[in-house]
Amino acid sequence: MRARNKNEKPNGARASLWSLLLNTIYFTLFCIVGCIGYFLLEGPINDIINQKKYSDEELELLSKKAMMSLSLEKEKANWDKVVDGIHIRTGFYDDPNLKTVIASCTSCHSAKLVTQNRATRAGWKSMIVWMQETQGLPDLGKSEPIILDYLAKYYAPKATGRRKNIDVDAIDWYVLNIDDTSQ
Amino acid sequence: MKSEKAKGRRKFMKNTIMASFSSIVGMPIVFGSNMPKELLPIGFFDGSLPPDLIGKSNLLTVLNDRPVNAEAAAHLLDDDLTPNDMFFVRNNGIPPVNVDVNKWSLTIEGESAKQSKTYTLQELKTKFKQYTLNLTLECGGNGRSEFNPPAKGNQWSTGAVGCAAWTGVRLADVLRDVGIKSNAVYIGYYGEDTHLSGDAKKNTISRGVPINKAMEEESMIAWSMNGKDIPLLNGYPLRLVFGGYPASCSGKWLSKIVIRDRVHDGQKMKGKSYRVPCKPVAPGAKVKDEDMCIIEKMPVKSLITYPKTGATIKSTEKLPIRGHAWTSADSISKVEYSIDFGGSWHPCELKNAKNRYAWQRFSAKIPFPEEGYYEVWARATDSNGDRQPIILPGWNPKGYLNNASHRIAIKVI
Ligand code: HEC
Repeated sequence: MRARNKNEKPNGARASLWSLLLNTIYFTLFCIVGCIGYFLLEGPINDIINQKKYSDEELELLSKKAMMSLSLEKEKANWDKVVDGIHIRTGFYDDPNLKTVIASCTSCHSAKLVTQNRATRAGWKSMIVWMQETQGLPDLGKSEPIILDYLAKYYAPKATGRRKNIDVDAIDWYVLNIDDTSQ
Repeated sequence: MKSEKAKGRRKFMKNTIMASFSSIVGMPIVFGSNMPKELLPIGFFDGSLPPDLIGKSNLLTVLNDRPVNAEAAAHLLDDDLTPNDMFFVRNNGIPPVNVDVNKWSLTIEGESAKQSKTYTLQELKTKFKQYTLNLTLECGGNGRSEFNPPAKGNQWSTGAVGCAAWTGVRLADVLRDVGIKSNAVYIGYYGEDTHLSGDAKKNTISRGVPINKAMEEESMIAWSMNGKDIPLLNGYPLRLVFGGYPASCSGKWLSKIVIRDRVHDGQKMKGKSYRVPCKPVAPGAKVKDEDMCIIEKMPVKSLITYPKTGATIKSTEKLPIRGHAWTSADSISKVEYSIDFGGSWHPCELKNAKNRYAWQRFSAKIPFPEEGYYEVWARATDSNGDRQPIILPGWNPKGYLNNASHRIAIKVI
């Protein structure tokens, strides 16, 4: 019995090694055949799958959302990038106190609502008071004077008279083809 | 069969979608563009698209993306009726998500309502006579960017206006069905948008109109815009529409109307919001809240929608222009143009409106005396005899009601 047992061990090891090898070969073959098969059948399979097509509207929604998430990825890479003195992500002017402004002023609305506006320090103060009284803006504590200084410095009013000139430099001049337009 | 162009577009859209999948999964998804709908990563097609993009043209100028405020350049408003995707957006908060039209309802109550009554959308559509009217909506702050000293808020240029064919029921029919007490003064609305601060108890905006305005034939509860669902950003599935008033009175995502025995006191009815000094003030003046009065009519105004500013023409040619004019009065009686900075004015052709508060088309063919730089200015006069100013009208702290003449630049060579 002992002798036989001793003999069996190497035999068993060889057998399992053999079957492992066979399995590997089978698996590889299966993969190769599978891949070839898939490449051959890819067209027809896709045709079947594509029968459940998106409508153009659905695709458009998806693609817009996808573009958003792609640009979000890009945004992450450029989180605090500054070009020509402008903090790209928010559009704010760069400044040592910018972080305080971003932290206090961009949680409810985007910075665009801030940068569109121009006012004196008192004017900015009145907007903050309005937001505190009616829109749930909390007390800004020590940050308030820092924020007011920042806003009054970069977003001060510009005198424009009773009516601005048309901004002729900003116009995109083009030739109007009048024959095409007779309506 | 789809055209090649359409196919190419579909392919392009599929590619962007897949590129973004890959960035989420961290590697390219092989054959990803063929992935069937059911296999899309969860959350990708659950209608959770950020509402700021749904149903709007990418030609709009976005003044603010959170909350969304977007307007159209003048030449984009050339259609007789403003297409849904070009109609301006003035959101004060975050629009509702996952709107279920089958569950949507409108409740009417308030001190001066004889009862509290709730209608499903279906009931509104079947119980009352339906009307389709062309009504102009203009944001009270349209033109704000021109005021000096600068006025607070979104800096609208000229595009926070549009005229659409609205289908719905008369507000008056619904209010009468509920019953109005004789002491009714005002109606106020509540919508399903949420406040920017995330505070669920805070109303974003809750404004309204005097009861007389509410009972006018043209005052509507609408569910359709130009024959289609109202875009989500413009109030889907239900909104009020009042021509001649600041558009902020025409509540979006409408779920409740209160009939009040006093002037409605909801969010943005008080302080300086949608109010102007009761008496004219000097530019930059400090005005106390109690000296501010609610805006109850939008002024006469016009917009040149063709050609786009910046046209160059030959001196032998006549320049065709056209646009729209609108007012809170009964109608526009006259539109004129000037090419000499207001020195002389010439009449435009003017079409009648389908109904009150619809904008009216004007057009003209303009000869120029010699080569040079010109501005074409347009000014409208309404049936009350009110006329647009050519410089800025009365300054007010929040920069409302700028109806100064629209101007486009032209070169004759
Ligand atoms: C608690 C939320 C919240 C925070 C934080 C906040 N705001 Fe506002 N703010 C609002 C709301 C709500 C509005 C009205 C938005 C609208 O009508 O579109 C607003 C409007 C504004 C406006 C337009 C004013 C007007 O009269 O319409 C300006 C400018 C502004 N905010 C600047 C700021 C600045 C600067 C800060 C930082 C100190 C700030 N906001 C922080 C909620 C907030």
